[in-house]
Amino acid sequence: MNLNSNIPEGPLAQKWQSHKAHIKLVNPANRRKYKVIVIGSGLAGASASATLAELGYNVSCFCYQDSPRRAHSIAAQGGINAAKNYQNDGDSVYRLFYDTIKGGDFRAREANVYRLAEVSGNIIDQMVAQGVPFARDYGGLLDNRSFGGAQVSRTFYARGQTGQQLLLGAYSQMSKQIGLGKIKMHNRHEMLDVVLVKDAEGVPHAKGVIVRNLLTGEVEKHSADAVLICSGGYGNAFYLSTNAQGCSVTAAFRAYKRGAGFANPCYTQIHPTCIPVHGTQQSKLTLMSESLRNDGRVWAPKNKDTAAKIRAKQMKATDVPETDRDYYLERKYPSFGNLAPRDISSRAAKEACDDGRGVAPGSGNGVYLDFAESIGRLGESSIAERYGNLFEMYERITGENAYKTPMMIFPAVHYTMGGLWVDYNLMSNVPGLFVLGEANFSDHGANRLGASALMQGLADGYFVIPYTLGNYLAQVGAGAPALDNPAFAEAEASVKAFNDKIMSVQGDESARDLHIRLGHILWEKCGMARSKESLTQALAEIPALREEFWKRVRVPGDSKDLNIELERAGRVADFLEFAEVMVRDALQREESCGGHFRVEHQYPDGEAKRDDENFAFVGVWEYQGENKAPTLEKEPLKYEEVKFATRSYK
Amino acid sequence: MSSEGMKITLRMWRQKNKSAPGKFVEYKLSGVSEDSSFLEMIDILNEMLVHKGEEPVVFDHDCREGICGMCSMTINGVPHGPERKTTVCQLHMRKFKDGDVITIEPWRSKSFPIIRDLIVDRGAFDRIIQAGGFISARTGGTQDANAILISKPVADYAMDAAACIGCGACVAACKNASAMLFVAAKASQLNSLPQGKPEKDRRVLAMVKQMDAEGFGNCTNFGECQAACPKGITLDHIAQLNRDYLVAGVKKTLGLLK
Repeated sequence: MNLNSNIPEGPLAQKWQSHKAHIKLVNPANRRKYKVIVIGSGLAGASASATLAELGYNVSCFCYQDSPRRAHSIAAQGGINAAKNYQNDGDSVYRLFYDTIKGGDFRAREANVYRLAEVSGNIIDQMVAQGVPFARDYGGLLDNRSFGGAQVSRTFYARGQTGQQLLLGAYSQMSKQIGLGKIKMHNRHEMLDVVLVKDAEGVPHAKGVIVRNLLTGEVEKHSADAVLICSGGYGNAFYLSTNAQGCSVTAAFRAYKRGAGFANPCYTQIHPTCIPVHGTQQSKLTLMSESLRNDGRVWAPKNKDTAAKIRAKQMKATDVPETDRDYYLERKYPSFGNLAPRDISSRAAKEACDDGRGVAPGSGNGVYLDFAESIGRLGESSIAERYGNLFEMYERITGENAYKTPMMIFPAVHYTMGGLWVDYNLMSNVPGLFVLGEANFSDHGANRLGASALMQGLADGYFVIPYTLGNYLAQVGAGAPALDNPAFAEAEASVKAFNDKIMSVQGDESARDLHIRLGHILWEKCGMARSKESLTQALAEIPALREEFWKRVRVPGDSKDLNIELERAGRVADFLEFAEVMVRDALQREESCGGHFRVEHQYPDGEAKRDDENFAFVGVWEYQGENKAPTLEKEPLKYEEVKFATRSYK
Repeated sequence: MSSEGMKITLRMWRQKNKSAPGKFVEYKLSGVSEDSSFLEMIDILNEMLVHKGEEPVVFDHDCREGICGMCSMTINGVPHGPERKTTVCQLHMRKFKDGDVITIEPWRSKSFPIIRDLIVDRGAFDRIIQAGGFISARTGGTQDANAILISKPVADYAMDAAACIGCGACVAACKNASAMLFVAAKASQLNSLPQGKPEKDRRVLAMVKQMDAEGFGNCTNFGECQAACPKGITLDHIAQLNRDYLVAGVKKTLGLLK
């Protein structure tokens, strides 16, 4: 694998400007000769599609939902970071850059992160121009709130629906271009393979995709000059997560099977404030925005007996005296308090519950997020103004009124920092295959800070790819291959064979049942705390489950028709293969960093112990063929500006 | 909740495709947890069907947290079911009683043709947005975000309108199958903001023209849409759309719009 990061020369703060000034451009009159395929219509995919179409490229965008407006970016609640320093509280591009590097536990690529911070301000300008109704003060200026891992207020928000408003903004720009005929939108289509075509020197380039029309079952071939994968993260490998039901690793994983490196799959983010699991019929977990930690205080009882009484419903949270409450984040991390980063807050919640102080009935897996103090200080109406929709959502799901009794929360799988490997230009090791947003690995290291996912998706789509894609296209020249190229026939046949294989099993288990079992293995053995022992067990159990899948899965209906069970089974089959790569990565990384916590590597006080000497690298996995172990290659992380430091929020 | 959970009888609309006749099929479920969401209850049904080798009920859903707007079904005659300002995915079984019989149908509207079972084609909504539901703002070259002052009441009003999730419950609830609430919500958001003013007249004319072309019915002010809207979008926005449309129409007649 070619893992040259192609980071431009020069001082960190000037790399992007200088790169933009020197890379190749495509003449406006020539852009219409190029065709670009975009997979996914979330913030990254929608913004890339809209911008590339504006520039004059012909874009084909594919999404599995019934409209591009449904993509799961829509569910982000709390906000989007930008280094505007509108609050005059000491923010700057450098500080956002540093917070992101530190938040990612020194496992992100410095130059990419700096660029992200650099363009963050443009994103806010752009989204306001599109009509995104961000929160404002009475003077008409934009308002900000604070998020975890930062000591400045740099998060812009639109009530508790920031992701929705940003996505609908990008969707509206995309819609304009669809109306103008510059984007061809393919709703209800799922990408099942990427097609590589060799150039004159024999180097394979991504020149098309194989997709399945989910309404008719028809397998279609599409060719282009480049392919952009913007398909989101792989959190649903765990079955229960905050992701949407259709989110999957399929697009990224099928690209991996064609030679794209998969970087840092073990970096998964477990979000601290989600509604606890209620039972076995549950299909997803719901997040309560991190912004709630601006005004909510996290606690568990000090006393195990108190917790036991609460679990047995013999006592209420409001009856626990102050003296018996452990506001553990404020106690352990006084300078960041309840706004400690996500990985740290999640582990602290697990620690309290493992200690027998959890409060959720049954499992015990729950702690409190309490607003009583802030309601007393600010009044219920102020809290309702800030978080009303979240309190309503909480009540709908749990039947409890969080103005009167504290919310019960527990960590849940939320975001995945790992993803397909990309260079500084967001191109994978396969030429012509670009990866944007959560689907790539590049900006968040081992842990993402709150309100940074929206920032990255839009930065990649609006402000990075228009430049770097042009640089690639100018070098290869226009000319999407004809569909009768044998590479298309081969990929189409392989997709059909895969689907036929699933249909032919006709066993006795549903794909969902098998997915639930995979989720249990990953959550128990590759979740918030991992050990050599647990990972080794998982590495034995996953292939066994995979074998069971191929013997027992049952998919009714026909593959050449709308078939929701076939869609599900295909995604589960990929998760079952991918899970093994995730576990292997967690096993090789003999250190703790960010969302990856190995119990063998911790300080006596339970904090994560990084090993910069041996593990300051990006772990990139290369596919070696069916039933063969993938191989690991390393991209060393070189820091020019920042010095490694123990990550402390105390 | 008893340890066995709830017993529920479903009268479920099944239809193979747009042209095939549809019918209600009765299914009996037991062991449904009252903490389950409505869609999790349908998951239980589908698991049962898959294990029997029958085709599951096809329904649209994705985020399951009330924001993507994909879920769309009429429950006992009410789009999104009995709980006010709540999408189906956020409706929970504790709102029903043990032994209930629940009737489930797709959105019914000529402009939303049925694809299968409970899923319909809502492409008409996308085409209305494509016609004019945007502000033309090319990437780059915009001014600083704080250079545009927007007073809090205006920002809040725009946000109220922008909360629309495009689910189509307003159309399903309306006896005329009118899409006015959906169109008004987007027009109102963009028209009320200073950034959206330059294209205001063009926008309303283009969106309404596309709405009519899609075959949606006329608004006769019954207000069923407002009652069914899971995001609480109000009729005020329809009133504003009517005003904006009138002004734009007059300007067009007088030849003031090029």
